Amino acid sequence: MTRYTSGTDGDREAMLAAIGVSSVEELLAQIPEEMRLGRPLDLPAGLSETEAFDHLAELASRNSDADAEACFLGAGMYDHYVPAIVDAITQRSEFLTPYTPYQPEVSQGGLQAMFEFQTAISELCALPVANASLYEGPSSVASAAYLALGARRGRRRLVVSRALHPHSREALATYSRGFGAEITEVGLAGGVTDSSELTDALADDVAAVFVQNPNFLGAVEDLEALAAATHEAGALAIAAVDPVTLGVLRPPGDCGIDVAVGEGQPLGGRLDYGGPSFGFFCSTAEHLRRMPGRIAGETVDADGRRGFVLALQTREQHIRREKATHNICTAQALNALGGVVYLAWLGRRGIVELGELLVRRTAYARERLTAIDGVELLHDAPVAREFALRLEAPVPEVLDRVAEEGIAAGYWLGREYAEYQDGLLVAITERTGREEIERLADALGRAVDATRTNGHLPTHGVGESPSVSEVGG
Amino acid sequence: MTPAPPQPPTPSPPTAADTPTPQQREPVTTIFERSVPGRRAATLPPAGVPEPPLDELIPANLLRERPPALPEVSEPEIVRHYNRISRRNFDLDTGPYPLGSCTMKHNPRLNEKVAALPGHARLHPAQDPKRAQGALELMWRLERALAEICGLPHVSLQPSAGSHGELAGLLLTRAYHDDHGGERTRVLTPDTAHGTNPATVTMAGYEVVKVATNEHGGVDVDDLRSKADESVACLMLTNPNTLGVFDRNIAEITDIVRGVGGTLYYDGANLNAIMGHSRPGDMGFDIVHVNLHKSFSQPHGGGGPGAGPIAVSDRIEPYLPSPRIVRTDSGNGDRPRFDLDHDGPKSIGRLRGFQGNFGVFVRAYAYIRSLGADGLADASETAVLNANYLLARLRSGRAGRYLPLAFGRLCMHEFVLSGAPAKRDLGVRTLDIAKRLLDYGFHPPTIYFPLLVDEALMVEPTETETREGLDALAAAFDAILAEAEDDAEILLAAPYTTPVRRLDEARASRRPVVRQPQP
Repeated sequence: MTRYTSGTDGDREAMLAAIGVSSVEELLAQIPEEMRLGRPLDLPAGLSETEAFDHLAELASRNSDADAEACFLGAGMYDHYVPAIVDAITQRSEFLTPYTPYQPEVSQGGLQAMFEFQTAISELCALPVANASLYEGPSSVASAAYLALGARRGRRRLVVSRALHPHSREALATYSRGFGAEITEVGLAGGVTDSSELTDALADDVAAVFVQNPNFLGAVEDLEALAAATHEAGALAIAAVDPVTLGVLRPPGDCGIDVAVGEGQPLGGRLDYGGPSFGFFCSTAEHLRRMPGRIAGETVDADGRRGFVLALQTREQHIRREKATHNICTAQALNALGGVVYLAWLGRRGIVELGELLVRRTAYARERLTAIDGVELLHDAPVAREFALRLEAPVPEVLDRVAEEGIAAGYWLGREYAEYQDGLLVAITERTGREEIERLADALGRAVDATRTNGHLPTHGVGESPSVSEVGG
Repeated sequence: MTPAPPQPPTPSPPTAADTPTPQQREPVTTIFERSVPGRRAATLPPAGVPEPPLDELIPANLLRERPPALPEVSEPEIVRHYNRISRRNFDLDTGPYPLGSCTMKHNPRLNEKVAALPGHARLHPAQDPKRAQGALELMWRLERALAEICGLPHVSLQPSAGSHGELAGLLLTRAYHDDHGGERTRVLTPDTAHGTNPATVTMAGYEVVKVATNEHGGVDVDDLRSKADESVACLMLTNPNTLGVFDRNIAEITDIVRGVGGTLYYDGANLNAIMGHSRPGDMGFDIVHVNLHKSFSQPHGGGGPGAGPIAVSDRIEPYLPSPRIVRTDSGNGDRPRFDLDHDGPKSIGRLRGFQGNFGVFVRAYAYIRSLGADGLADASETAVLNANYLLARLRSGRAGRYLPLAFGRLCMHEFVLSGAPAKRDLGVRTLDIAKRLLDYGFHPPTIYFPLLVDEALMVEPTETETREGLDALAAAFDAILAEAEDDAEILLAAPYTTPVRRLDEARASRRPVVRQPQP
């Protein structure tokens, strides 16, 4: 007996007698002898609750978390404040411990929450239909490709902006080897998707174009122009969007985007070292029946009372099997619930105020940091909550130095972009105020200064900036 | 022999909808319908920086014209709203939830507590690995534990759920065959397979070929042999399968597919039957996905989050998703170092962002360490004992006549009953029995799956259900069948006591209303 089971020796004896066998071994003999492990698993012995807690707490203590540092890391997940009611509601047994609402009569709470979530996402994106969640951001991008290939039969090419999150581009490439789609990447000009390169890439074999807003470098894209060019070629315009910016940025539905997806973590989700969060997926009405995943719908019961059920289940794997619109079963219902609680908390005015606060602080921080000697803009496109810099110093070394002062200064773009080895992506939230921005500016200034004078001249700029060789000389 | 604790007699629930319950009378309003202009819950800090008009920072044509119509509600209203609707859910913490193939076992609260520690919950996913050593070590340790449990040496934690693990498995299969010069087009799945299996096959660009089931509920080996040829990329199998039957021919089955050069994929949905007793790797499988929200106690959350790590054999290892976790021993007595390796030249690449559902890994790891080797084996043993006990109790009552076991005599951790006799003799369908169970305070089993059993009920009690809980469930089945013998109408119009009664699902698909109408 473990602490999570209840059977005493007496229970076991009585149960075996009722079954009509003399031992559990007799039951396990359903497994052929040669398939029995025949030894204990090579794992440590069980721990008491207090020992298990201590072990996990010790592991946790060896991580530098966003409580221990001022966190300017973003790149898809952000250190937004999680209001207390999100945990209070998502930790309720009634939401935490049931499964998918296969029995709607006893799942009205979860189904209604999905319906409300779909409404909130639909409002944010200004697109009429949304599903009840997918796993997370990048795999939602890949799922949109599966929809597009079905909606544009015969077209096998996907055109992707280089400023789409690198993880999204990679997930798209991974999935595409299964779907059998070809990918063409479109480069950047001035920090945003190069529209003439996009026009050149558009041909009659293109099923969809993928862009991100704000894009991975923080720049606000002109979604309307990109969508118009895409539609010229008869392809679907698909945008990955940051939901927390949609109080201020023009929503994808108003720009002619056909399918909007995204990472839900900024909406009251924990950082959790990358998951679980949720992905959202919404579209124009014409794609409702191709949508992946669960969708809650309103209906009535036998007495005419209002109720909610899983709608359009004939799209799904448990009914349609190999003809399903997607293979997803378990998604991220609890995280999506947290998302709708957060959006209710923020409300109609709060989503705008938060967006404005992010834009203004970001503008301030961008100006403040580029005033540092050896720090310049990577692009000067408009930004909302994140911006990209170039450092005249080795970025990983700078990040290490700044970390010693309790600041995670940002994301090194050289991790993902060969052309931005000197690039640093800095994210702003309502948790990084003026004081943190000043601390970052001071620490970054010192670190750049120290590493520049160490002789670690960056490769960028050599040849195009005579001042660099003068410094070297 | 210890007698079971005395049970209070179960009061029979109402048999008609004469008087609506208080919950049924409560009007259903959404959070949007509670909105009152001017109310709010959030207050934000001051910007603390200059506040120019927004269109001086971002061109006006890129800005939103009207705010999204999110609700305007105060914090007390939000809390009241979600608490109230939460009570319209049935949940595992309240009562038995024998949903077959879903392994609704108890969710230890320790796991929630450790997952919420700031070092886990507040760790940014792009944190430098140097400053996330505890998280990487936890993941590495979980990988090693799952490798041992599955009997396969290499693990990737990245897939987000079982279906994601399946997709990973077939993309690995494709990469393996591409690398070995084979053009293969078909994937074999038994007709008892979970729906995710055939759906995944299509997504991965393969064609589904169904394999028949024999009279014992296992794979029809002759049918398999006739379909296994050089065009077969993979066989996807669950063992014990969705009928709760452990396939005694498993070694022969995996040999046949391996013999024609295919890979072997094990759907780990039913791993809870065999932990510490039998291992997919030893059965001959190459790729296994593990549902951490099933066997490893991650709460199901109303439909996620979960996680679907995969364990693979040596021949599949080069293709595993990127990044991988690597451990380097210092050699001087210091702690080993952990890092993320993005340089797998043959890797299928990423399936998602960042490192996977880390919060789920924390809970699963806490569970594995809490139980240890013996505890995991005990959990599976008890799951099998509980399922067989419930089966025996049902068989000794009216279910023995109206809801017989579809295959065999014993079962592993779950079993499938056929409601065909109940339909024929009593005029009630499996759906009606399930709906009446709701009035008795139980979540029904999985119904109408697997497809090859007429009027199927798939029952999985799990190891965390008590003997008296199983007795009560068996008694409820018996009472319901007695009602049906007396007056089938009682079942046909059930449930009566739930927050809403039977819902019109056809209407929700015919004229879908999938969001609140715009104000």
